[in-house]
Amino acid sequence: SNPFEVKVNKQKFNILGRKTKNDVGLPGVSRSKAIKKRTQTLLKEYKEKEKSNVFKDKRFGEYNTKISPEEKMIKRFTLERQQNFGKNNIYNLNEDEELTHYGQSLAEIEKLNDIVDSDSDTEERGTLSAELTAAHFGGGGGLLRKKVSSGQEGEAEEKPKSRKELIEELIAKSKQEKQERQTQRESALELTEKLDNDWKEIQTLMVRKTPKSEKKDKEEKTKPDEYDMIVRELGFEMKAKPSDRMKTEEELAKEEQARLQKLEADRLRRMRGIDEKEEAKKQPKHISADDLADGFILDKDDRRMLSYKDGKINTENEEEEEGGNEESNENEEEGEEEDNEHEEGSEEESAAEDEEGVDEDNHSDLESDLESEEEGTGNKEPNEESNENQSQNMEEQDLKMEAARSELPYTFAVPESYEKFKSLLTGRTIEQQLIILERIQKCNHPSLAVGNKAKLEKLFGFLLEYIGELATLDLPELKTIDRLVLPLYNLCQMFPVSASDSMKFVLRDAAHDMEEMIEVKGRATFPGLDTLIYLKITSLLFPTSDFWHPVVTPTFVYMSQLLTKCRITTLQDVVKGLFICCLFLEYVSLSRRFVPELVNFLLGILHISLPKKQAQGYTVVHPFTPVGKNLELLLVSDKKDLESWQKQNLPLSIVTRLKEMSRTELNHIRLSCLALCFDLTKKCAALYESLPSFHEIMHPVRILLTQHLPVSEYPEQMQEWYNSTLRELENKAKHYTPLVCEKKKPEPLKQYTPKIMKVLEFGRKLGGSKKEQERKRLIHKHKREFKGAIREIRKDNQFLARLQLEEIMERDAARKRKVKELLGSLATQEGEWKAMKRKKRKN
Amino acid sequence: QLPTGLYKKVLVILHDSILPYMNEPTLMIDFLTVAYGIGGAISLLALNGLFILIHQHNLEYPDFYKKLYSLLDPSIYHVKYRARFFHLADLFLSSSHLPAYLVAAFIKRLSRLALTAPPEALLMVIPFICNLFRRHPACKVLVHRPNGPEDLSEDPYIMEEKEPSESRALESSLWEIQSLQNHYHPDVAQAAAVLNQSLSEIEDNISGLLELSACELFDKEIKKKNADVPLEFEPVRGLFGKKNDIFTEHFTLD
Repeated sequence: SNPFEVKVNKQKFNILGRKTKNDVGLPGVSRSKAIKKRTQTLLKEYKEKEKSNVFKDKRFGEYNTKISPEEKMIKRFTLERQQNFGKNNIYNLNEDEELTHYGQSLAEIEKLNDIVDSDSDTEERGTLSAELTAAHFGGGGGLLRKKVSSGQEGEAEEKPKSRKELIEELIAKSKQEKQERQTQRESALELTEKLDNDWKEIQTLMVRKTPKSEKKDKEEKTKPDEYDMIVRELGFEMKAKPSDRMKTEEELAKEEQARLQKLEADRLRRMRGIDEKEEAKKQPKHISADDLADGFILDKDDRRMLSYKDGKINTENEEEEEGGNEESNENEEEGEEEDNEHEEGSEEESAAEDEEGVDEDNHSDLESDLESEEEGTGNKEPNEESNENQSQNMEEQDLKMEAARSELPYTFAVPESYEKFKSLLTGRTIEQQLIILERIQKCNHPSLAVGNKAKLEKLFGFLLEYIGELATLDLPELKTIDRLVLPLYNLCQMFPVSASDSMKFVLRDAAHDMEEMIEVKGRATFPGLDTLIYLKITSLLFPTSDFWHPVVTPTFVYMSQLLTKCRITTLQDVVKGLFICCLFLEYVSLSRRFVPELVNFLLGILHISLPKKQAQGYTVVHPFTPVGKNLELLLVSDKKDLESWQKQNLPLSIVTRLKEMSRTELNHIRLSCLALCFDLTKKCAALYESLPSFHEIMHPVRILLTQHLPVSEYPEQMQEWYNSTLRELENKAKHYTPLVCEKKKPEPLKQYTPKIMKVLEFGRKLGGSKKEQERKRLIHKHKREFKGAIREIRKDNQFLARLQLEEIMERDAARKRKVKELLGSLATQEGEWKAMKRKKRKN
Repeated sequence: QLPTGLYKKVLVILHDSILPYMNEPTLMIDFLTVAYGIGGAISLLALNGLFILIHQHNLEYPDFYKKLYSLLDPSIYHVKYRARFFHLADLFLSSSHLPAYLVAAFIKRLSRLALTAPPEALLMVIPFICNLFRRHPACKVLVHRPNGPEDLSEDPYIMEEKEPSESRALESSLWEIQSLQNHYHPDVAQAAAVLNQSLSEIEDNISGLLELSACELFDKEIKKKNADVPLEFEPVRGLFGKKNDIFTEHFTLD
């Protein structure tokens, strides 16, 4: 194009990789484009300004795209006709008359003339008979020649055929061919007709016969070769693969130990409060080269293998086996029993024998565990004894279980409300209750139906509530609770989250009750036995050594509140407080965490066993007071009672009923409490000896023990307790090493080297998050659009102003022209008039 | 001369309902001094009134810090007026012109007493002590003594000494806080572990912690949501069925 119309943006530097967009512009072209566009839009608007009449298109279906153009035309035509129908032209007289020619309508004739009947046969169209052709072509001499040729037949054979003959032959041939074709078509038609008829006949026959024939086919199909069948069956059958060989007891024990070790390592990690994720980060997992990174891990074959156990086919889930603990084994056995039970009575005995065998196995297992884990603790014997006792008990219980099993139905639905649950269990023996619970769990195993999980989750809450209710009875059924803990544990293992939720719910209730009591009365009392049982159950269900645990940590806080807030006014309070002390010790037995409240409380308990005295070298803290009315609560001064005392285990039920006891019994309980207190102090001392300020912690207790306690009055057994405690306290070495802070990583000095940043794309600003970048982009875009809009508006205004100026100039020019015209005409008029005047004067 | 209950009531409202409306607040000096000398909770309460007199009316109180020091006994972590006391103590110890031995004695005594404190008080007092370290860097020897004697057989600090200057606090170390790093409450243990590292420059704001109650602590813990709950792997054999269960030795299920 014209180089003078091109505007070039000169570039100073040529930068590699930069796209140049606006280096060449055509201002003339773009301006004319813009003007054109404005004349089409803005000018129209301007002209129609202050004009309200609108052009309406009333043509039929003009904007309807659904109607095809032909239809549209037809409709329009009919509409037009309809419009004209009513108001006939009065001057048109012969509207209905038809023009005819020889009695035929001219219009029809016109129509028929042009129509070519395409359907008519070729025969007629091609009916150019020989005569006809002869008559038409060849000047009409054909007929003559034919006559001649027929006259001279012999000659004609010899002569080469003339043109006429050739033509004739051609015609004849074509005729023949046509004939043949027609006959063929006719025969084909005939044949199809015949076929149709035949088919109809056959069809009637077929309708009757087909079912039979088909059946036959089927029979043939369903009767495969017997050999094939066997082959296929074998293919699908569970293959008797070589299962893992039966493990020896040593191996089993080893496996169990490895599992326990892993769990223990886990527990230790949680105890130290190390985050699992952090550790995982530190040690990136090995990733195989074939890993698809889709999270799929083929860890074990899901197919079940045919394996044998105790001479029976083992069809139980392997997972249960892996569980490996007493309960699951037992359950398994029981499950098998149940299956077999109603088949034969004789098998039951053998199953029972099996069970006993398993029991023995398990105990030996446990014992080995005990040996391996408790080496050197010294109190192995009582445990073993208790184990033996337990096994004896177990056998008895098993017998009872057998009896109970036979009386109960086999399936239970999960009760929907607590009331239903309670009614299901009340009035049954312990064994029956256990079996009911077990069967509920089995019948509603989460793998069996979709809703079962939620149902069983509820069951945990019900069971917990039931236990609480049992504990609040006048005669708490602690034996039942003792047994009910087992199903509770199993449920908890199945649904940890919901179990922890319901446990937390119970805790929250208890804590809020206490809070309210403090607000209303100003002081709190110890909660009932049910809460104590709940606290104990918490320690059974959850690991108490974790640095932080969703259930255990709040429990700690709650128990600490109990020990610091609740008033000690009765002997029951003392027992409850000591129970909580035991709980605290049990909670921290593995983690060896420091519980100040525990030491305070033990000090307070020891303090209330003293006769009133003024001189003290120690201070007791809340809830105990150095002076007040509840002192000497544990003081026993009766010589006889002192002598007759034997260390006894405190029955938990005294928490609820203490009134019907005699004074001697009360005194004995007091002394037992004191002994318990000594023992707990000793355990505390053993637990906290590693703490750097152990002596400061135990200082008040030691002063109290050495200076204030009337040891000489105590019976011998008590003195033993006392002495062992004191020994535990005193024979700890004192050594203090000054504290040194951990070395901090030195902070690097600030440096002045330039900061180097990667530039991934030119023109894009770096920094900021994705959101911030997006915001910046939008702001930028808005700014540009805004500028563009302003420019456009400005140009619009210029365009309009130009237009208006043009209009005004035009108007002015027209006016000037008119004025000139008028003046001109006037001048001529004047001139003429003057000329006339002059003429007259001359004349 | 007043009954204890009334005494307390008067002292509680003294600083904001009585003193500002008196023409001559200095008349209360005798009353407050006597109350301050009684000891226990009454002394704690009298502290507030005394502070106003010292602060606004130029009262010169001899041995004020010694008295304050002697107020520290195990019950301060358990009484109702804990928040009020620590608020004032924070004010009194905020001066950077206090001698190091005095602040060290306070720190040592507070941490010694913390060995019997409930968790909610510990959560308050540990940041309190950290703040003292920040204000008085000379006391940092308590947590960081790089070339001191190797093995001590006794804590040099003398708890029974009434005079802060005689207590030898600066020769000691904060073993109490080290013990508290083993506290059962995770937050306390974490707070105590801060003293192992060198402290940041900015002081902790303890005003929110002053009023912390045990119930709030419990609610805070119980409201924490956790996706997975670790479980006890040792199978149960009954209520007292754990290995080495302490309960079997002392309780029966009768």
